[in-house]
Amino acid sequence: MRRIEDLRSSRRIAKRVQEIRPSGIRRFFDLIAGRDDIISLGVGEPDFSVPWRIREEIIYALEKGYTAYTSNFGLKELREGIVEYYKKFGVKAYPEQVIITCGVSEALDLAVRTLVDHGDVVLIPEPCYVSYKPLTYICNGEPVELSTLPDFKLTYEKLMSAANFKPKILIINYPNNPTGVTYSRRELEEIADAAVELDMTIISDEIYAELTYSEKHTSIASLNGMEDRVIVLNGFSKSFAMTGLRIGFAIAPLDVLEGMLKIHQYTMLCAPTPSQIGALEALKCLDEVEKMRTEYMRRRNYVLKELKKVTELPKPEGAFYAFPKIPIEMSSEEFAEKLLIEKSVAVVPGNAFGESGEGFVRLSYAVKFEKLREALNRIVDFIDKYAKS
Amino acid sequence: MDELKIQVLKALEENAKLKDVELADMFGIDVEKVREIIEELEKNGVILKYKTIVNWEKVVEDHVYAIINVKVSLSREKNYDDIARRIAKFPEVHAVRLVSGEYDFQVVVKGKTLKDVAFFVAEKISTIPEVKDTVTHFVLRTYKEEGVTLFADEEDRRLAIVP
Repeated sequence: MRRIEDLRSSRRIAKRVQEIRPSGIRRFFDLIAGRDDIISLGVGEPDFSVPWRIREEIIYALEKGYTAYTSNFGLKELREGIVEYYKKFGVKAYPEQVIITCGVSEALDLAVRTLVDHGDVVLIPEPCYVSYKPLTYICNGEPVELSTLPDFKLTYEKLMSAANFKPKILIINYPNNPTGVTYSRRELEEIADAAVELDMTIISDEIYAELTYSEKHTSIASLNGMEDRVIVLNGFSKSFAMTGLRIGFAIAPLDVLEGMLKIHQYTMLCAPTPSQIGALEALKCLDEVEKMRTEYMRRRNYVLKELKKVTELPKPEGAFYAFPKIPIEMSSEEFAEKLLIEKSVAVVPGNAFGESGEGFVRLSYAVKFEKLREALNRIVDFIDKYAKS
Repeated sequence: MDELKIQVLKALEENAKLKDVELADMFGIDVEKVREIIEELEKNGVILKYKTIVNWEKVVEDHVYAIINVKVSLSREKNYDDIARRIAKFPEVHAVRLVSGEYDFQVVVKGKTLKDVAFFVAEKISTIPEVKDTVTHFVLRTYKEEGVTLFADEEDRRLAIVP
């Protein structure tokens, strides 16, 4: 089979697509393929299975024949449910402002395509989720990376340092993949101030909103003066462990939503109907989310304690990731590769999430506690060994 | 009761074998604090016992469980508690519950053979003066016990690396 790198030599592929760099994770994925002795801390999805009530509802939906298209917007009840649900993060919206998508990935794609014109500058704080930059490229936009080093937190100053690029859009993600960092209301106000000053529209990827460990999540859309400036993206994948069911949503100002809907109706038409029905049931299962959150929090506490013995890291306040600094003389990729070969533990090199992630690795603690313990013992051993030599 | 104690209880209810160090790790507290909490919970009778959930289906040793519905008649001298205590004292009796509905008590009895259980009920339960009627249901197979399903778990079908 031809490898993806060969795309560059295939002339029929659009230049825009040729120019997209293949994900750094892919190479790593090949290294692991076929090995079953590995403890993987490289998985960016929950280890819990979809709560049974939700699955039952989907099975029942299939039995009853809910298999036709829904409206392009998505099920009315689900949109209403989401408006109700999102009040807990401070957002007041109308069902007309909600669109149901195939996972947050699609919602993100729609938002970027709706907002980005040829040459528009999109400000992308890094390290960040892998798809923000490629999606901007696909729309012929100009991504500008903004390093959030050293503490991986965006501030007013960091944002204003990009003023010269005249950014039109800012994509933020908190709780953050890969760093686990999140923002308090006060910190969000700084970001909002900069957004107003630079006149940016914010795409706020809040997929990990349910998974915070000290303060409850606040949506930036709930801040004063932000309602017309923010497109909120969220979904059911991480909070309800429904990754493969592909249900996300966006809450957007009406003009933006209208644009997103246009693209959605010509590409996806609607999100899978049985999954939408599952999502509707999910909104009634918030106590299951709390159970999962508690378990993640226990693991987070453990991971933090173990890693602090050998290195430093930003305190993971949300999602299920830790992003420790590599305390020995190794690049991210070298570290991840040697760890995999010598200790059979998989982590994701930090540079897969942008250049400012170099020198770090991402650990996902979406694994059972016993495995996590074993993996961390091996990581600590590994670091000790190289620190001494 | 404070949140931390409840969290410790939930963790132990899920896995009684958790060591003090592990609990300390989970909640980011000192081992001494964990010991203190557990000691207190044991002393107050909040934690009654640490038991193991056994899947007896997998063990060759013969055993039989039966659920017995027991109907009783009450009197001024004998109330539910008195009768329940009498039943509960037998080591063969695994559980006794006062239930609503057609019967008064649901009694779970464990024995080596069907005959053992049947005779135990006939000789020891039915003969209690207040017991008016019993119906015995033998357990043929157990699918879930104490919140744990006894059939194989689903395998982890996730990819090894996901961004």
